[in-house]
Amino acid sequence: MNKPSLVMGAVAYAPKVVTIWEGFKAAFAKQGLAFDYMLYSNYEAQVEAQFDGTIHLAWNSPLAWVRAERIARSRGLTVEAVAMRNTDCDLRSLIVVRADSPLKSAADLRGKTLGVGAIDSPQATLIPLHHLRQAGLVGGRDFTVRRFDVLCGKHGDHIGGERDAAVALLAGEVDACCMIDGNHLAFGLDGTLPAGSTRALETTEPYDHCNFTVSPGAPAAEVARFTQMLLAMRWDDPEMRPLMYLEGVRQWKPGRVSGYPQLETAVDEAAFYGPDGRILDADYRY
Amino acid sequence: MPTIDIEDLGLDEGALFLIRRALADLQTGETLTVRGRAPNWERHLDSWRRHEGHAMATRATPDGVTEVVLTRGPWAEDRWRGALATGQSQLEPGDLPAAEADAAWGLAARGATVEAGSPPIGFSLSTRDEIWAATAGELYRQAAAGQWDPQTAIDWDAPFDLPPVIEAAVAQVMTYLVENENAALIVPARHLGQVHPHYREVQQALALQCADEARHIEVFTRRLGLRGHAPMLSTAGGQASLHSLLRAPDFSTAAFLLSVLGEGSFINLLNFLHEHAPDPVTRQICRLAARDEARHVAFGMAHLEHRLAAQPGYLIRLQSAIEQRHEELTPTAGLNEEVFDALVLLAAGELTPPAVARGHLAVQRLKADMAAGRKARLLRLGFLSDEAQRLSDLHTRNFM
Repeated sequence: MNKPSLVMGAVAYAPKVVTIWEGFKAAFAKQGLAFDYMLYSNYEAQVEAQFDGTIHLAWNSPLAWVRAERIARSRGLTVEAVAMRNTDCDLRSLIVVRADSPLKSAADLRGKTLGVGAIDSPQATLIPLHHLRQAGLVGGRDFTVRRFDVLCGKHGDHIGGERDAAVALLAGEVDACCMIDGNHLAFGLDGTLPAGSTRALETTEPYDHCNFTVSPGAPAAEVARFTQMLLAMRWDDPEMRPLMYLEGVRQWKPGRVSGYPQLETAVDEAAFYGPDGRILDADYRY
Repeated sequence: MPTIDIEDLGLDEGALFLIRRALADLQTGETLTVRGRAPNWERHLDSWRRHEGHAMATRATPDGVTEVVLTRGPWAEDRWRGALATGQSQLEPGDLPAAEADAAWGLAARGATVEAGSPPIGFSLSTRDEIWAATAGELYRQAAAGQWDPQTAIDWDAPFDLPPVIEAAVAQVMTYLVENENAALIVPARHLGQVHPHYREVQQALALQCADEARHIEVFTRRLGLRGHAPMLSTAGGQASLHSLLRAPDFSTAAFLLSVLGEGSFINLLNFLHEHAPDPVTRQICRLAARDEARHVAFGMAHLEHRLAAQPGYLIRLQSAIEQRHEELTPTAGLNEEVFDALVLLAAGELTPPAVARGHLAVQRLKADMAAGRKARLLRLGFLSDEAQRLSDLHTRNFM
């Protein structure tokens, strides 16, 4: 390929990321879009690259979207979410206890230990802690937070932290733990949490997950072309289906930002990012 | 609207199976009502249906049970759009498999529906006429029924005591047989991995042919060392003859040279050894091996009859294969003297002139029987009498 006209950033949270984007790159090239991608080891570097002209758009986690939006706003710029997966909309997280636990409600967590995921996991740390704060319980004050940090900087995309917390729950090391609803089912099906061994104590409000975030100043025509090709991608296309399967998507949908306010509040409560997108949490290593 | 009640079964305890089955009966846009009582079941269902692309609405019923209405999304059907049909699983007499087997059918069972986008798997033998035999399925069944266990089928403990010179002759013949069976194993084994699985019966017949040869190698090796004898001589000429089999340019030529001509001659040899075996073990293993070889010859003949019916001009290729092999092997010695002498001695039974004369005559008769058998098979394949005689005479002096 000669000089690409559109460069996207993606975080390499698993080897399949290369398979996915090599496949999409080839498919876009066939349709005449000189697309390329750059891999980042963490979302923080990827978001920062959206503001130094390195990448025109980024396949961002919800937390990365929050940061990008804050940086843009503080500089008088805008970022836009142009597309997301059908599976990114209206997710919920669960606070799970052992089936025989005496805990009946959020209030019962007072004085207990809650296992959360990685420090930067929206679904297994930030949003569940926000949910409990809504119920009047503050982590570190009303209950102990035990973090299961796995691959920080990847914003919880790597579900290892959730799995480790679930294992600790079964072992009695924590009284409750947090995970996205799909992982509670997945851990039941794969045997990590034997069926019937746990139950959901709390369920968060729905929130949205990843989106393609357009960098300020990105070439509008190429971004429009990219978005159009993405939305036209079909599950019944046998060449695309394996890649869509790996990416966990049945249909790409236009981006929306209505599903992020809960995370915005959670980020402020946790003092994770400042209003200008600066990283505030001194414990955050990536 | 269909309704299912998963009662208190969790989605991670099998309820997902019931829901998937119920949804499979619906068209895109149709709805399914699911009732349940298990902890977290709606949450799990929401997560699962989101991933699968089905819409969902939840409602409480007057009896206090939660109901979920799922609307089937389009993606489950989409997955099978453009799927490939792969022919007919069971062939009735006279039926044929596909003339060409598609690489995209891959490893699927013949008759399965293959999802579009499955990786194409290249099999170099994917054209019916280059490998098919009408009786392949029947020969496979016969072979499966005719498998024997070397440990129990042979009476290895049968008492016998041979003079050292006769035991040495047996060891030389067994050394020669093992070498030939190595070629007879490797030739079909090389083809086996290249046959498109659509031609299941051919694949199965070849697999058991390999199993037969592996067993023959075992029993000949075991008889060789039964009285402590070491393997004996292997000649350049013998190996050159077998090497030419490994280099046959295609499946049909290999089947012709190895099975029709070589293994066909070997049946005569094994029958000869059965008749003149100096001990019961040799007699038993030659009888069992000859029975297996007869199936290999039948498969080779059936394949060539199919190929020649589809492509009569192929006969000239078979003729050229014999002539070319003969030319290649002309500078070599053919059957080694040691094997020839050992056969004479086995038929003679002792080293006296009258006995050796009998033995020599018996080996000459063996060679004549081999030539007559080859000619008969060549006639059956469509060669004219004179040509069949000439080509039979050009066959390797190494027998195989």
